Amino acid sequence: MLRDTLKKLLSVYGPSGNEHAVAETVKSLIAAHVDNMRVDAMGNLIVEKYGADENGKRILFSAHMDHIGFIVTDIDENGFLRVHNVGGVSPRISSARHVVFENGTEGVLYCQPLKGEEMAMKHLFIDIGAESRQEAEQYVLPGDMAVYAPDYFELGDHRMASPAMDDRCCCALLCELMMYLDEPKNTVIGVFSSQEEVGIRGAKTAAYSVNPDMGVGLDVTAWGDTPEVKLPAIQLGKGAAVKFMDRSMIATPAVRDALLQAAADAGVPVQREVLPFGGQDGSAIQHTRSGVPAGCLSIPCRYVHSPAEVIDLRDLEGALRILLKFVENV
Amino acid sequence: MDLKTLCEINAPSGNERELRRAILEEARGLCGAENVRIDRMGNVLAFRKGREVGRPHVCVSAHMDEVGFIVLGATEEGLLQFRPVGCIDPRVIVSKRVTLGDQKLPGVIGAMAIHLQTDKDMERVLGYKDLYIDIGAKDKDDALAHCPPGAYASFDTPYTPFGEGFVCAKALDDRVGCYNMLELMRERYPGDVTFAFLTREEVGLRGSIGAGYAVQPDISINLEGTAANDLGCTESRFDVCCPGRGVAVSFMDNSSVYQRRLYQKLNRLADKGGIAHQPKRGVTGNNDAANFQRAAGGALACTLSVPCRYIHSGASVCCLSDVEAQYALTRAFLMNA
Repeated sequence: MLRDTLKKLLSVYGPSGNEHAVAETVKSLIAAHVDNMRVDAMGNLIVEKYGADENGKRILFSAHMDHIGFIVTDIDENGFLRVHNVGGVSPRISSARHVVFENGTEGVLYCQPLKGEEMAMKHLFIDIGAESRQEAEQYVLPGDMAVYAPDYFELGDHRMASPAMDDRCCCALLCELMMYLDEPKNTVIGVFSSQEEVGIRGAKTAAYSVNPDMGVGLDVTAWGDTPEVKLPAIQLGKGAAVKFMDRSMIATPAVRDALLQAAADAGVPVQREVLPFGGQDGSAIQHTRSGVPAGCLSIPCRYVHSPAEVIDLRDLEGALRILLKFVENV
Repeated sequence: MDLKTLCEINAPSGNERELRRAILEEARGLCGAENVRIDRMGNVLAFRKGREVGRPHVCVSAHMDEVGFIVLGATEEGLLQFRPVGCIDPRVIVSKRVTLGDQKLPGVIGAMAIHLQTDKDMERVLGYKDLYIDIGAKDKDDALAHCPPGAYASFDTPYTPFGEGFVCAKALDDRVGCYNMLELMRERYPGDVTFAFLTREEVGLRGSIGAGYAVQPDISINLEGTAANDLGCTESRFDVCCPGRGVAVSFMDNSSVYQRRLYQKLNRLADKGGIAHQPKRGVTGNNDAANFQRAAGGALACTLSVPCRYIHSGASVCCLSDVEAQYALTRAFLMNA
């Protein structure tokens, strides 16, 4: 079930470049449902389900495993850790947060007093309870990464919040897609990509090696339905969003329209997304080699890149129906 | 080839010809002429076949180019107008000697003498539009006859050893890497190794875009010079790395998150071999490793840097023991890859 798959994935550590545990979790969930699985040099997990029709297309779907975090750059004599952001972290909302490292070391991320300056990453530090550099180094070394402590909770009947919702909700969606596909005519390749949050880096090599006929990025998008936020014109609970454009990509019309048609055929509500910022794996697919038709299906998500990113599970379920129909149609 | 010779050759980005010729000759001698080629971006790619089957193909790379200047035109008075090639702080160039073009014409970057400046002038940072290169020309035509638009200028800095094991020179970024690659090329290794001498790094990692696709290694080790900030003007946590404390091993910079297993393996090899090393304690800079890591189907990548003070100026400073440590760690890796 989508909700259970999602909960499993939201509980796993995985900042950019350290997605290993997420890949292992995905493997355990879908091993029985795919024909092959491999991990490449960038840490992408690439899974494949063969199509029944030998003239069928090879369709790539990509959802990124990594989420934003903090990398330790220095440890002071009193055992406090200094950090640099990994991906688009807001210093302002990072202070006074529970964070964890890969080995389970817990910490509090906090901000030193500001002397009239605007808050920046250099003002933040992590307290792991150590009293000296020597003690801290038993647990953490420069280069280790922390993330907002994995967590999730349900809001009302349909919504869920988590620091890793971007983009584990789409990892869950892609897992479920691979599970539900029943002898598809087209070959479906799932890329659980690495390092999206630092610049769409994993999908670049995965798209090259997969060399698909068509690709779809699966990612969260921003919202326009909370106090004083009007744009983009995207609402939670009104369906997944078919992307027209963001900073990284203008969707290939044929793919965009096929996604809209799949939603209509599946009888599922859908929104049209024009995002004046942001980027996602679809662009890496579209721009690989000599070019590949590509689009993106987005899950509306409030408070993206915060410790409580909120989605509506009805949008995620709708997206699954759209993708199943899409694979059947194209 | 010694580091002095390498540093004193001029090779601003896009005009690496003189250095390429020197490297090409040495590489052909060491690897065999049939194993050395120049690609369309001017990169030199030298291949050494390994001794054993089934080992990963490692690409060791360093960039040949250095930051410099390019002539735009001349004033009626015969002073050359110019802009930087790569990133150079205009505050560090006033009154510096330069040489221009293949003939190495002497020049000096000029500005108004202190006697003529008002208090307000003294507070102002002179930008590239305010500065010029004086080559002793008598007028505009004379200046442009010697140095037409497109002529390059490079810092004129003699290679100077000083203190105990330190050296001051131009272009340590990245002649230290070129130097170590030529040294590493003297041996054969268990696995295949490609040595990539790259162009145009300082203007945006451009030479390595093609080289990454051409080589497609399993593992990329990039040898660099990187900014050391151990000057006491900021808290020690902003030092990034310190000359004399060994080769700096990168876990992340602005263009790459390096694969952890490779980062850890390099640290283990350094510990085991007693090779002085330090983590690069900051997420700063971009380098060619990005293009090797993410060319085609991707590769493992890491960057090993020699800490350099006053990088991207006419006089950078590094510690020769760190250059040796960069060599030793790269060699240990090639022996154990």
